[in-house]
Amino acid sequence: MIGIINGEVYDPQNGINGEVRDIWIKDGKVVSASPPGPGGAEGGQIIDAAGLVVMPGGVDIHSHIVGAKVNAGRKFRPEDHRDHVRTRTALTRSGSGYTVPSTFMTGYGYAEMGYTTVMEAATAPLVARHTHEELEDTPMLDMGAFITMGNNHFIMKCIRDGQREKARDYVAWLLGATKGYAIKIVNPGGVENWKWGQNVGELDDEVIGFGVTPRQILTTLAWINDELGLPHVPHIHCINLGQPGNARTTVETVEALEGRRAHFCHLQFLSYGGEPGKSLRSRAAEVARAVNEHPNVTVDVGQVVFGEATTMTSDGPLEYRLHKLTGNKWLNDDVEGETGGGIVPMQYKRNNPINGVQWLIGLELFLLIDDPWRVFLTTDHPNAGPFFCYPQVIKLLMDRDYRAEMLAGIHRRARKGALLAELDREYSLYEIAIISRAGTARALGLQNKGHLGVGADADVTLYRKLDDKEAMFAKPYLVLKDGQVVVRDGQIVREQQGRTLYVAPPYDPGIEADLRAHFEECYTISFDNYPVAPEYLSRSEVIPCV
Amino acid sequence: MRIENVVCPFCGCLCDDIVVEVEDDRITAVKKVCSNGRSLFLNAHVEAAQPTVDGEEVAWPEAIDAAARILTDSASPLIYGLSSTASEAQRKAIALADLLGASIDSTSSVCHGTTTIGIQNQGEPTCTLGEVKHRSDLVIFWGCNPAEAHVRHFARYSVSARGKLTPQGRKDRTVVVVDVRPTRSSKRADIFLQVRSGCDFDVLTALRALLKGETLDVTEVGGVSVAQLAALLERMKGCRFGIIFFGMGVTQTGAKYLNITELLALVAELNDYTRFTAMPMRGHGNVAGADCTLTWQTGYPFAINFARGYPQYNPGEFTAVDLLARQEADAALIIASDPVAHFPRRAAQWLSQIPTIVLDPEMNLTAREAKVVLPTAIYGVSAAGTAYRMDNVPLPLKKVVDSPQPTDEQVLDWMIERVKT
Repeated sequence: MIGIINGEVYDPQNGINGEVRDIWIKDGKVVSASPPGPGGAEGGQIIDAAGLVVMPGGVDIHSHIVGAKVNAGRKFRPEDHRDHVRTRTALTRSGSGYTVPSTFMTGYGYAEMGYTTVMEAATAPLVARHTHEELEDTPMLDMGAFITMGNNHFIMKCIRDGQREKARDYVAWLLGATKGYAIKIVNPGGVENWKWGQNVGELDDEVIGFGVTPRQILTTLAWINDELGLPHVPHIHCINLGQPGNARTTVETVEALEGRRAHFCHLQFLSYGGEPGKSLRSRAAEVARAVNEHPNVTVDVGQVVFGEATTMTSDGPLEYRLHKLTGNKWLNDDVEGETGGGIVPMQYKRNNPINGVQWLIGLELFLLIDDPWRVFLTTDHPNAGPFFCYPQVIKLLMDRDYRAEMLAGIHRRARKGALLAELDREYSLYEIAIISRAGTARALGLQNKGHLGVGADADVTLYRKLDDKEAMFAKPYLVLKDGQVVVRDGQIVREQQGRTLYVAPPYDPGIEADLRAHFEECYTISFDNYPVAPEYLSRSEVIPCV
Repeated sequence: MRIENVVCPFCGCLCDDIVVEVEDDRITAVKKVCSNGRSLFLNAHVEAAQPTVDGEEVAWPEAIDAAARILTDSASPLIYGLSSTASEAQRKAIALADLLGASIDSTSSVCHGTTTIGIQNQGEPTCTLGEVKHRSDLVIFWGCNPAEAHVRHFARYSVSARGKLTPQGRKDRTVVVVDVRPTRSSKRADIFLQVRSGCDFDVLTALRALLKGETLDVTEVGGVSVAQLAALLERMKGCRFGIIFFGMGVTQTGAKYLNITELLALVAELNDYTRFTAMPMRGHGNVAGADCTLTWQTGYPFAINFARGYPQYNPGEFTAVDLLARQEADAALIIASDPVAHFPRRAAQWLSQIPTIVLDPEMNLTAREAKVVLPTAIYGVSAAGTAYRMDNVPLPLKKVVDSPQPTDEQVLDWMIERVKT
């Protein structure tokens, strides 16, 4: 048994706001808030957390860390890795990479920042096996993978033919076959149209060759998500991402769901005013209002961090646009019958007016969305910045002087008239605990994560209480994973394999005959070789549907 | 017993529709397979073989001891090969290299390593093979000869394959071959452009110049008339979905990686007009997997050195041929490859002089000169695992017959354990 005693505990799920509490752990679970009876703690370990801040392990709801796309990014960016290396130790493997670190380095980096659960934000189903191979080589973390479905031929055919029940069974089969965690929708219809060199711009535009619309894809998948009772909600990357003026279609998309639950990812990239090719302005206020008015919606921000980034997304046409805009090298990968994707290196500069606006939009969203249970901390790693910059973002949210200082340093055209200058809200530690673990775990439907109540997984992070919040969150005093101390003073002291989290919703097995025919017609691999066998997951946990 | 949908591990096509018939744990027939794959499966049966040290048969623990000793005694060990084994084994090999502070390199370094450098310079507009099957109306094979090297590529993916927008297969596509001499592939093409040897870069640059609207003050480039190039370019701009498949004829000749940089730049620029993509014709069954596993574990796809305790990447310095030719490697672990047979003489000679360990199902030339020979099961035939197709689609390899030999993965695991203690 392990007791973490006398700590200042922030456990928002259980309403604990900085009160001194004890946490008792056994067999990797939180078992009690009070010390065991006489002799109960014998042979156990006591961690005196007096003066320390105790939180559940961090839970990241959206990050690109494993799989085909991330690996293509690693492969084509050696210039990203040379100055950023990790030397092997007796305990740990070596690695390299800054915005696109190698797998072991990614696992260690998250753990050393106090995170214990991370969701890979986009896996094309055809290459899900690759994602799982990398998950096996990413230690320290419990992880799941979102499966891209917003441009899937089978689903679009079902919608066209009015067979949404069939689409539902397919989605259930697909999540089980890929050992995926959630439905991901990226630029619905737009990625398919990119295969014709085009895109979609409105919710009612037509997807070429299918006669369906982005709106139909979104509403059908949201319906399916509810029908299957998946633990997470549909995870949506809207149309027009990155385009000036896209705030309008973002708000329309929030409204289009007609009250169904959904998560909107990296909203910063989707809250733009201005006109394409001319200007970029913040419409964060308008988008935040829409989020505030729709309790069915959660979001993560995708905060821009100044410095190096690598943009990578299934949104193929967006990456082509970024390539033309920046002149940087461009990787594109269209995936048969399912999706596509692209990668372009990026640098966000303080003295670039567009980057400055992007930076302040993210902060405005954080500060204007009222309910911290519905707005989450991400940098859409590595799209808007690397994940290990989260502590800097936390400092921006908790410290308005620091924020003002940073604001003063961005390009004057970006600063001019910015709403951010008027926002003096500061996040509390309690709210930080919500946006970085309690809220994300709840939105993901992970009942045993993001809190420290009885039955929770014993993933716990202890921080020294420092005035400089960036320093405080960058280097935890201790991190426990499944009840084992894995990080001490920001250094790995134990390498531990996490679990792969996935869902296995039931479906009508009658659908397999249809699927065999679909595979014959649409794929270059056979139906039998498509599903990811359980042997690929050395440690896993099926998260139940409700 | 009839086993369906078997993945053939021979080449980068990874055809996954093979039917294998097995009786008494022997393969009796293979269907749908090409001649290359057929001989792989039909010659798979082996009698139990013991490992050897200095030519003497020894028990496995002894052989592993000897191998571990060679590696730990070495100041600068090299691990090489990887492309004809499963990704599970590749991952162990990289772990071992990390542990030893070794250099590690795959056969990519003598085929498409230059492609990697081109991609690192320029990016890569690409797709999965299903996109080619369903959408392509213009298919260009540049410096490759799939009719002999990737035998079912035409039928399954690129030429006669019938897809959604290509219901008539061959009739719906224009097929172009660019090469330095006529081949069996060029005989199947609508258009054959014969480039003078070593002049691919010139031809690709001329195409880019024409695409940018430049007028060329010559009548021919690299043996091809400017009129022919202009006509090809018009086809490229006007197609619905185009692809260039490229092979060692362009990656390992003339300007090498600059050829590929230029080719990928041309393809990227064509996307101003239509959708255009490119794909390397990967040779060995899991050479794409070697790129993948090395990249996710280290950040780099080949030519890696761990001597400083972290991965460093430098083609030309940490590539196997160069490490051997400069006599920098003082011991070698060769996994599923035969460098003595294929490397330039200077590199092969040095390899024969240093203590070498070989993991391979076959007693190849390298194994004959090795100090320690560890006979292993055949991946995709008598060992299961994962392999990555030339478009990086991962496929599950089946074990269709038992083998008396352990797998590469098992043997590497034993070696890691032994090196650690």
